[in-house]
Amino acid sequence: MSPRPGFVLEVDRSTPPTLFWHGEGYRLERLPVGSRVLYAPEPVDALADPVSSIRHAVTHPLGDREPLPALLRPGMRLTIAFDDVSLPLPPMRRPDVRQLVIEQVLDMAADAGVDDVVLIAALALHRRMTDDELRHALGERVYDAFAPHGLLLQHDAEDPANLVHLGTTDQGEDVEINRRAAESDLLVYVNINLVAMDGGHKSVATGLSSYRSLRHHHNARTMQHSRSFMDQEHSELHSSNWRMGRLIAASGVKVFQIETTLNTDTFPEQFRFLQRREWEWTLRDRAAFVATSEALARTPAKLARGIFHSIRAPHRMSSVQAGEVEAVHAQTTANVYAQQLVEVDGQTDVLTMGLPYICPYNVNSIMNPILVACLGLGYFFNLYRGQPLVRQGGVLIMSHPTPWAFHPGHHPSYIDFFEQVLTETTDPVEVGKFEEAFATDPWYVHLYRTGNAYHGVHPFYMWYWCAHALAHLGAVIVVGGDRAAVRRLGFTPASTLADALEMARDVVGGEPTVTHLHAPPLALADVR
Amino acid sequence: MRGLVFERNVPRFAASRLVSSLGGSGRGAAVGPLRLSDVEQPELPGPDWARVRPVLAGICGSDLATLDGRSSRYFEEIVSFPFVPGHEVVGVVEEGSGAAVELAPGTRVVVEPVLGCLARRVVPPCAACAEGRVGGCERIAFGHLAPGLQIGFCTDTGGGWSAAGLVAHVSQLHAVPDTLSDEEAVLVEPTACAVHAALGAGVEPGDSVAVIGAGTLGLTTIAALRHLTQPGTVLAGAKHTEQRRLAEEMGADVVVPPDQLARAVRRHARSLVTSGQLTGGADVVLDCVGSADSLAQALSMVRPRGRVVLVGMPGTLRVDLAPLWHREVQLAGAYAYGTERTPSGPRRTFAIAMEVVAAHRLGRLVSARYPIERFEEALAHAGAAGRRGATKIVFDLRPTRTTRTGTVPSSTAPKGNGA
Repeated sequence: MSPRPGFVLEVDRSTPPTLFWHGEGYRLERLPVGSRVLYAPEPVDALADPVSSIRHAVTHPLGDREPLPALLRPGMRLTIAFDDVSLPLPPMRRPDVRQLVIEQVLDMAADAGVDDVVLIAALALHRRMTDDELRHALGERVYDAFAPHGLLLQHDAEDPANLVHLGTTDQGEDVEINRRAAESDLLVYVNINLVAMDGGHKSVATGLSSYRSLRHHHNARTMQHSRSFMDQEHSELHSSNWRMGRLIAASGVKVFQIETTLNTDTFPEQFRFLQRREWEWTLRDRAAFVATSEALARTPAKLARGIFHSIRAPHRMSSVQAGEVEAVHAQTTANVYAQQLVEVDGQTDVLTMGLPYICPYNVNSIMNPILVACLGLGYFFNLYRGQPLVRQGGVLIMSHPTPWAFHPGHHPSYIDFFEQVLTETTDPVEVGKFEEAFATDPWYVHLYRTGNAYHGVHPFYMWYWCAHALAHLGAVIVVGGDRAAVRRLGFTPASTLADALEMARDVVGGEPTVTHLHAPPLALADVR
Repeated sequence: MRGLVFERNVPRFAASRLVSSLGGSGRGAAVGPLRLSDVEQPELPGPDWARVRPVLAGICGSDLATLDGRSSRYFEEIVSFPFVPGHEVVGVVEEGSGAAVELAPGTRVVVEPVLGCLARRVVPPCAACAEGRVGGCERIAFGHLAPGLQIGFCTDTGGGWSAAGLVAHVSQLHAVPDTLSDEEAVLVEPTACAVHAALGAGVEPGDSVAVIGAGTLGLTTIAALRHLTQPGTVLAGAKHTEQRRLAEEMGADVVVPPDQLARAVRRHARSLVTSGQLTGGADVVLDCVGSADSLAQALSMVRPRGRVVLVGMPGTLRVDLAPLWHREVQLAGAYAYGTERTPSGPRRTFAIAMEVVAAHRLGRLVSARYPIERFEEALAHAGAAGRRGATKIVFDLRPTRTTRTGTVPSSTAPKGNGA
């Protein structure tokens, strides 16, 4: 039976309560009669033989690119860059897609007699991956073959000796990327396209670049003009990356892009109810919900976090395509849309969402308040094509505990951002006046380069990610969050969903339309 | 006349210590060695002395430490029992002798309470007193007075917490200009401490200065720094919301909760961190708390070869001084006042303090006034001042008038009801 597409349910009196994620937990909430619930499509079929599909893709490239074996020769410098720990979400069961792809590329390189090969984690300004995370992404064989010899690198955007400035775009944007990648005879980029924002020229132009480059598109202005950044045709974020990518290509950097998509089979068997529609829950699903939610309610937050972050998603590769960047990415995007797109008829006054325990920047870490804001107002709000799910001046209600807690090793500059910047302003444009000081702070630079810390400027990017939503919305209400933390973010705390809906009426009027984004699994609203 | 007397009574001292340790600072007053009693007027100890009737008398952190039993044993031989506490005093001259007759009865004065060589009739005066630095007097336990580092800790002089008044040497009295209210005047003594600390801290133009604590001493120190020095940036750690508001008003550029101060200093100095210690840091740190934690924090956030000034009264502290040694940090105390070297020549600290009080309208720091009969409430309020949104709690010894709801001071209604 083919997977069912996503759809929009209209809540009536017989509709069972709706599942809302709430950080390291979840709740069942009763939405008002007449509310809409947007459900993601069921997982599309996985590739039956991923390895064969990978080999087929690289030997039958898209666009103006020769098959990979034809690009490999003895004596050449080959660099393989790959997406970092921020993808996929949750981390997938072994073997990771990156391992499958890189093993094939390495086999072909070995067959061609290529022996100057370096792997680079394309971190941009993300934190360095731990050894365990690298082993998980690449597999033991690849890790053991490269890491001990210093051939498994993590991109260092603060190492001037290993960066090269390739020029400026016609818009004056600096393009500075990893020197090894730029000076290789061939750069193979291995991507995981979890959402429509990922991939394309963004892989190299962002993943292997420096603050000097990133500042041109990671800013409030760009994000306010990306509507949404999940829709490349209407995204200034992508326009800028595309300009940079084309300059990279024109500079002589030969990129062989390998992009993969995953299906939305997101949770393992014991949590399977999380991706089922509530009225289809079996007795076992209901029992699992009651048992896990009761247990989690009694579990200390740290332990609950550990439990959830140990989840390895069963999602599987649904497509793989390789070749020239733009041709590849057009096909990838179509495949992402095929999995995630859901048609929605019109906007809503109030958009509700339950935020889960994880976002791209807290894998094996704490979802701090800034990341809560980014996940809700950055990622989930922007899961649309056409127009936002919620109307201009509407209300966004997010459910999340929003703890006043930070991972000091991963997010040191977030703590300072929360203490110093957000106490002064929550305006995404105004916060920019602090950016330079954070971006060049030697302590943050040190922690980014030698520890596992996000770059000093990263919390600013998280806040810029919210810029479009903040300009669009009339109010943001957080249900069940730490009230002080929620207020620091500039949002309104509410104890219950009912309270939040009552508050929302003060903003949007007496009988608002309500739509709930039932994610994850991820869905992309095609709002007509 | 009614006054509060602190007696040497070991069981009551122990009880006060226990209660205050369990219930909070100032809570031990009911069981401690402080008693409301009929107090005799102190005798004028000699010529050049005056009798002063207190109008307002503040409750200082050092008073609370004494009442709570938290004071260092260092002070045991430089106080004399029984004594009437109260060294932050604005009052009115009642009578004088010798040179003090120049202060006519009715003259409003603030008391500079340190009992130096002049007051003790020590001739010749010690080197510090000869230079006007009475805070550094070497004879505070000697001379013709009983031991006592200040009025308010000496059995012979009385103190501010008594309607019976106190006696002070003419050199200890400073006439209050009419432009200063009683509330402003009672802040002159703590402000003088702050002035002395600020001027002695070696703040160079453009320096970054961190101030730990935002009680009366912390706030007046920020005001004094702003008024008398040219710091580049003043960063303050303040525990409570009202303290943070006032610290900003006093002139601090960055005000954060105490646990965020080190991070704020780090950001400002763009320092690295190692072993929980900033590698750079503030040029000067003024510790206006005086606890082991605050001193450790000060040492962790001062730059190498920087200066830490202990402004708050410390006791016996256990602090790792390895960073002080390794980073060649200067640690200095700042006690009391006397005469300051200024670009315009030597000036009495109290004269400068009056300017700071006026310029920064420090009378607003007086949060509540209590009659001495309600001393238990007053001390509990003072012990929890920050938490209760208050700064300075004072005793109001002005004559009272009868109203339908009770007695109130003739000039101002009491505000001591849960401010």
